[in-house]
Amino acid sequence: MKSTAHRQSYGVKGAPYAFLVPATILFALFFALPIGYAIWLSLRKVKVSGLGLGSGARREVWAGLENYTDALTDSELVNGALRVLGYGCIVVPVMLGLALLFALMLDSEKVRLAPFTRLAIFLPYAIPGVVAALLWGFLYLPDVSPFYFVLDKLGLPQPDLLDGGPLYLALSNIAVWGGTGFNMIVIYTSLQAIPAEVYEAAKLDGATPVQIALRIKIPMVAPSLVLTFFFSIIATLQVFSEPTTLKPLTNSVSTTWSPLMNVHRDAFGEGDIYGAAAQAVIIAFVTLLLSFGFLRAANRRQKQEAAR
Amino acid sequence: MPYTKRRRLVTSAVAVALGATALAACGSESGDSETESGPVSLTYWTWTPGMDKVVDLWNKGPGKKDQITVTVKKQASGDTLITKILTAHKAGKAPDLVQAEYQALPTLVSNDALADISKNVGDAKDRFADGVWQQTTLGTDAVYAVPQDIGPMMFYYREDLFKEYGLTVPTTWEEFAETARKLKKAAPDKDLTTFSANDSGLFAGLAQQAGAKWWTTSGDQWKVAIDDAATQKVAKFWGGLVKEGAIDNQPMYTPSWNKALNTGKQIAWVSAVWAPGTLTTAAPATKGKWAMAPLPQWSASENSTGSWGGSSTAVTTDSKHQEAAAKFASWLNTDRDALNALAKESGIYPAAKNAQTSGAFLKPPAYFSNQADFYSKAADIAETTAPSAWGPNVNVAYTTFKDAFGAAAKNKSDFGAALEEMQDDTVADMKKQGFEVAE
Repeated sequence: MKSTAHRQSYGVKGAPYAFLVPATILFALFFALPIGYAIWLSLRKVKVSGLGLGSGARREVWAGLENYTDALTDSELVNGALRVLGYGCIVVPVMLGLALLFALMLDSEKVRLAPFTRLAIFLPYAIPGVVAALLWGFLYLPDVSPFYFVLDKLGLPQPDLLDGGPLYLALSNIAVWGGTGFNMIVIYTSLQAIPAEVYEAAKLDGATPVQIALRIKIPMVAPSLVLTFFFSIIATLQVFSEPTTLKPLTNSVSTTWSPLMNVHRDAFGEGDIYGAAAQAVIIAFVTLLLSFGFLRAANRRQKQEAAR
Repeated sequence: MPYTKRRRLVTSAVAVALGATALAACGSESGDSETESGPVSLTYWTWTPGMDKVVDLWNKGPGKKDQITVTVKKQASGDTLITKILTAHKAGKAPDLVQAEYQALPTLVSNDALADISKNVGDAKDRFADGVWQQTTLGTDAVYAVPQDIGPMMFYYREDLFKEYGLTVPTTWEEFAETARKLKKAAPDKDLTTFSANDSGLFAGLAQQAGAKWWTTSGDQWKVAIDDAATQKVAKFWGGLVKEGAIDNQPMYTPSWNKALNTGKQIAWVSAVWAPGTLTTAAPATKGKWAMAPLPQWSASENSTGSWGGSSTAVTTDSKHQEAAAKFASWLNTDRDALNALAKESGIYPAAKNAQTSGAFLKPPAYFSNQADFYSKAADIAETTAPSAWGPNVNVAYTTFKDAFGAAAKNKSDFGAALEEMQDDTVADMKKQGFEVAE
């Protein structure tokens, strides 16, 4: 009897660990290991001797933090970050503003053709980013764009969308077009979850639809707004496919336009995987810092409000 | 390469699992022995379209006799393939054979990825022009690849529109500039051509024609001369034309550019022998209206051209059957049947001299049916190709070109300064890697 009891207690003790094993292995293999390898690579560099031709002329050596100091003093990486900041300042407010507006409109009582409208706004999200960028790229090129054809026929001025300030609008437009639908669905879903009696009470108190939207709906979907904002920040910091796809069409997008493009150029254009690894680690760190910093700030505010 | 160019907008890379390149178990491991026994199977990374059909000829003919089977793994072309080869080589799993552009050979050799096949292909030397062959030896006694195709540069122009605007075909660059200005005066909304900051290879070819030698070695040191007098001359020439608005400053290979060629908004193109293929897809409406002439010269007494594109077949150090692989590489690029098939199936312009005026090249390309002597003229021009000098970080120079000249073309600012930036970045990268660089 005693031995059975012992075995049982042993089994119970071990069970949680046994359940954890698959997740731990997957985490280690596909998450911790690649990140660890990237960090390892970022601390190494290549050392060539002499002409560098022939075997044995190229060795991998320890670099310490050299790649990191190079990356942080690389003005193009910093400029890229600033460009992306400017781009994000347009994309995030416009995209989330539109998403919230559309969600509120779809949620209002007087809306018609709601399922169709919802699908129509969501549909661009289903189009791959590269395809969307190509599609818009063709529309931005004066010589092939139907928009420019119409502007030309009407005798209106034809702005160059692939240069200077308008380039930011052109790039933002692609992101807004593709991302609004997804964010709208997230907000709309949480609007649907608000119990009907809340609205009933508000109406009995004489609240107008606009007041209901501003005073009740928006505060109650605040968590979804936080969530969509969080996702949008990450997506913005990682912008890559749109500018990369537009790059061959114009002289205004350099190969280092965004930080991730800089990483891609160093790794695949110039073959410096070590420097690219260091930059990738920095970008991941900054992304983590910004997004979790925002989450913490948002949570603290919510807790304060709950306490009041 | 026409294929490089045409496919640039196709962003998807052909993904090939590295594992798939692991060699199938072979009968023999004796790579160094005089003769190999037992069947051998080789993997070949190439982006040339239709290569599988050419390789079939080998597998059914000479390959069957020698029990050497080659399998083609289709790749995306250009710079990304180099990275892929180097990554595979790092794992010791590079394929037996790779296609590589000439300017990539030093990078691959400096990473010890390419085998010296001079013992196996040495006698193929006299099938190629000296300038072409020299690119595969890097000026050493070794041979790192067998030349496959070349891209001697030429001047293409709309014959009908030149007549309409009373323009003559420029034979010097000075006349070229005059022609551009004359056209601008006659038809302000048209351009002779454009300066494309996206095409590093075009600029390198123009510099090569002017006599530039970007990378040279002396003793144990590299000398980088990207901003030498010859290249400065080329950069300032094009920068001047862009600045005064005599030519356009937008990149090539965009939908806009296609349309400009197709509608006669741009009426000339400095390109290479593969241009008919590009024009067929970019400007189908103007078929038969173009003509080809030699590239304008820097002085009337000169006669030389540069190259834009061109590639070779190389054997990797990871191959366990280097001798067999070299045998195939040599067959592919010197055998008459193979070269005919390459011309027919893949539309390449062969590096092998005798193939340039035989077989598929007796008739002009369909797009240039109006110019019966297209290929004999092309072969004459190919003879005048100036020597080129590639170094171990052409990739860095090329990406810097795109950014520096892209900004300069956009702002219509000093191309000379952009060239200096290209020089400085290239030297800085070499020094960072530890190469000995002469000041």
